[in-house]
Amino acid sequence: MLRGGVIMDVVDAEQAKIAEDAGATAVMALERVPSDIRRDGGVARMSDPVMIEGIQAAVTIPVMAKCRIGHFAEAQVLQSLGVDYIDESEVLTPADEAYHVDKWSFTVPFVCGATNLGEALRRISEGACMIRSKGEAGTGNIVEAVRHLRSILGDIRALTVASPEELFGWAKELRAPVELVQEVAARGELPVPMFCAGGIATPADASLVMQLGAQAVFVGSGIFKSEQPEVMAKAVVEATTHYGDASIVAKVSRGLGAAMPGAEIGKLDVTFAARGW
Amino acid sequence: MKVGVLALQGAFREHREALESLGVAVAEVRTPDALARVDALVMPGGESTTMHHLLASSGLVDPLQEAIGDGLAVFGTCAGLILLARAVLDGRADQTPLGAIDLTARRNAYGRQRDSFEADLRITGLEGPDFRGVFIRAPAIERVGDAVVVLAEHNGRPVLAKEGRVWVSTFHPELAGDVRVHERFLQEVA
Repeated sequence: MLRGGVIMDVVDAEQAKIAEDAGATAVMALERVPSDIRRDGGVARMSDPVMIEGIQAAVTIPVMAKCRIGHFAEAQVLQSLGVDYIDESEVLTPADEAYHVDKWSFTVPFVCGATNLGEALRRISEGACMIRSKGEAGTGNIVEAVRHLRSILGDIRALTVASPEELFGWAKELRAPVELVQEVAARGELPVPMFCAGGIATPADASLVMQLGAQAVFVGSGIFKSEQPEVMAKAVVEATTHYGDASIVAKVSRGLGAAMPGAEIGKLDVTFAARGW
Repeated sequence: MKVGVLALQGAFREHREALESLGVAVAEVRTPDALARVDALVMPGGESTTMHHLLASSGLVDPLQEAIGDGLAVFGTCAGLILLARAVLDGRADQTPLGAIDLTARRNAYGRQRDSFEADLRITGLEGPDFRGVFIRAPAIERVGDAVVVLAEHNGRPVLAKEGRVWVSTFHPELAGDVRVHERFLQEVA
């Protein structure tokens, strides 16, 4: 039920309320937004339960939280806290270099990042209920999210015109189960919703990725690292709904102040998107 | 007959597909202009707080209230029900419902996402087997006025109800792969 909405990263109850006031469909509770994780370095882990519970108590909308890739014990803790969705996220430091979490063994739904169709289908085969393009979190640079979305959606389009025997070749290339490849070919889309994350910093960024085919957007550092978070949050929400109407995107883009500071991908020390496989 | 689907946020695509499979013309509604061109409106599930903000910022609150007053047929599912209710419990203080149907709704009445469930429902006037109700962070109907007709219950609480041309459900009929509830609504309001 998150489609067409904006999921915002928040680090405390006050930010969570601002996000809810602005019309966010959910909040992601984490101790540091990705741009701060990037700046601080070191190991980034699941958030303190006290902090997550504080945010759950502050808002009526769903609360998501992140666990490290492969860290099923963190996921178990988050599930026991009653978070509404778990993001097995490359923004945190991976805990397992071989295996992601077996998401079928949980009742809480998972969202996972992907840079390409094969990665998306592997996560779905592990039980992910939602896929988000990874983009490059904490950069305010949309280029990686666009690359990942175009790659995933372009390959889906190619699958829809592939012959039955070619689909076996695609399954081999994508390193994904052939049944899932056949299903995507028949539907012309993933069997789960596809959202976009990683680098969205303006209402026009949200409009861009929605027009490319994302069904909802995650905004991490883009809201609370901007000059006027309340105004930016509302503007991104409206631009995500009215993404196809440039006059409305123009209207909400006026007078937002400075967006978050951006970073060039080539100058990063760590690329989060390369985590996971 | 042209049926609008409020497309501000949420499960509007599934409603659109359900309605189109019944052979009716469907239009997505995001603006007052689009609202003025439809004969009925489905308000989908999603986040009611988000839709509430977007109804206001899109200038739809007054036109919608007027249209319902003038007899526009409306079907609100899940969050759509919360928007149409007379009163809302456990909502945000600034969440003023449209008051189009005389009932009181409680938000997230069953708990969080992990408490979502499915249940078979016996629906008045529906031929064939029970209807599979999908309840996702669903609201509950805690009170209904005298003019409200309850069409289905689950554990003693109403889950599908109507008052005149306003229909509401706490579950998601668009996610059942079964369009009989949409069909009944259309038959009655056509």
